[in-house]
Amino acid sequence: MATSGPNLGLGSAVATALETADNDRGFSLGGGLFNRGDDRKTVTFGDSAAVKSLPGWSVVSLIGMIALWFVSTRAWGLDDVWRTTGDSQQTFLANCDKDPACAGSYSQWLGYRKFPSPGDTWRGFRELSSEGFQNITLWQHTWSSLSRVLRGMFFGVLFGVPVGLAMGLSSAARGFFDTIVELLRPIPPFALIPLFILMFGIGDPPAVRLLIFASIWIMIIAARSGVRAANLSKVRAAYSLGATKWQVLTRVLIPNALPELFTGLRVALGVSWGTLVAAELVGARDGLGQMIFAARPFFRLDVVVVGIIVISVLGVLMDVFLRFLESILIPWRGKG
Amino acid sequence: MKDLSVKNLEMVYKVPKSTDVHALSDVSFDVPAGRLLTLLGPSGCGKTTLLNILAGFLAPTGGSVTLGGEPITGPSEDRGMVFQQGALFEWLSVEKNISFGPRMKKADKAATEANVEELLYTVGLGGFGDKQVYELSGGMQQRVALARCLANDPDVILMDEPLGALDALTREKMQGLILKLWKETGKTVILVTHSVEEALYLGDMLFVMAPRPGRIEKVYELPFAAQGLESDARELKASAEFIEKREEVLSLIWEMEEEIMGRN
Repeated sequence: MATSGPNLGLGSAVATALETADNDRGFSLGGGLFNRGDDRKTVTFGDSAAVKSLPGWSVVSLIGMIALWFVSTRAWGLDDVWRTTGDSQQTFLANCDKDPACAGSYSQWLGYRKFPSPGDTWRGFRELSSEGFQNITLWQHTWSSLSRVLRGMFFGVLFGVPVGLAMGLSSAARGFFDTIVELLRPIPPFALIPLFILMFGIGDPPAVRLLIFASIWIMIIAARSGVRAANLSKVRAAYSLGATKWQVLTRVLIPNALPELFTGLRVALGVSWGTLVAAELVGARDGLGQMIFAARPFFRLDVVVVGIIVISVLGVLMDVFLRFLESILIPWRGKG
Repeated sequence: MKDLSVKNLEMVYKVPKSTDVHALSDVSFDVPAGRLLTLLGPSGCGKTTLLNILAGFLAPTGGSVTLGGEPITGPSEDRGMVFQQGALFEWLSVEKNISFGPRMKKADKAATEANVEELLYTVGLGGFGDKQVYELSGGMQQRVALARCLANDPDVILMDEPLGALDALTREKMQGLILKLWKETGKTVILVTHSVEEALYLGDMLFVMAPRPGRIEKVYELPFAAQGLESDARELKASAEFIEKREEVLSLIWEMEEEIMGRN
């Protein structure tokens, strides 16, 4: 397909992203919800081009997940002990400490509270949307997280792409940056969280810097392999048509590298999103990660679950948005 | 129009831990303006190297190449290039691909637009200007590549196996188009090919090249390109005269191939 050799340098995460990008086009066999469509192929077991994601089964699995959630939190009587006693949480805990029997069943009580039902989660969601948790609404938390990711990615792209382009264009730059990239890239961003908190404090500064660190190497490598993927004939053709070096860069190499850059963007976004939540767990005053972490000591597992769902849904939405953008900006992908 | 002159051209590739490869050895020839030269030879005879030197993509290790008296030092718009695989810019429409050269020079927009429109009809792509290049077939893509080259009005058009990737029928049609464009524009064309028939049919001058070291083995002056403009291509290729030349050149190349095989 559109993927050529140099892309392999981006690692398996990119390979997976590229594969999904290519395979997800296969919605055109005229199949139904549970019917693959008829392309007259007799051999489909082993023909990956003939295998597609049937939307009917996706709906089944979604309904199945929700049903299992509902049944497992309701049907076996794992009810809301704390609410049925009518006590406030603090009262319950205070009374419990005085009563050895209760203290003994404390862990059991925790078990009851292990997982909120869909209804609990819905109530939690409504409360979070309007009143918020600790006076910060869900939307403020979400926006804090989102804006951190956007700022981190912005600077990651701003610094990473030019460096990657330089590495693809100049032997000196390749040699110079190779050392830096190869030494710093393997460091997991999480390993830097303690360092960044000590250096930059709590809140946005360490989080955004951590996200720059998470995305910059991915963008450097994407830009580098984008330049390397350029067909020599195209570059030579441009020079023969009278293009200057600058014109070759801006009119040929960069547009030609767009597919690789986009793949890098999608991978970087996924990594940033994951890194962000972890960074917020320990070093932020708001954000979805912080919300999840702050809810735990108060046994507000409904808040935790709402946070998890929002993170998951936003991750999917961002990827879908990028793929949509890709289909508009790079319609030639996979058709070259 | 400018004449092309090649004198004592040498190209030696250094190979680490092995003997040097003599890609071209003492190659000299002149191509007067307006000729159609075809280069033919077994693989490794240096024909693509020669073309790349003429285009200015490679600097020879010895000798000189001049166009209109000016030495060739790098790629330039006076020498257009057509590659085997279009080398078109997928992110641009057919129209924008063709106008790439003039746009890089910031040429007058209205004049360029009119010129592109005319070129589209010249290469048989009238009405395809708004299409995306990845929507076109291989033959149509090569037509775009030809038009893109012509839009820049070069003195010399270099073609590196331009029809190599096309099916037999499309190839015949495109050969006719190349002859027509050569006649209409009066430009110098240098075309590298693997096909003996193509080299004979298109070349008004033919160099058969030999390998190790790469050199010009035999020079032919041919009448077929001039005839091909008037008469039917199939008829011409089936004529006794054409077949005789074809067998002669084929046996020449076979001898070289056998010699190479024998040496290994």
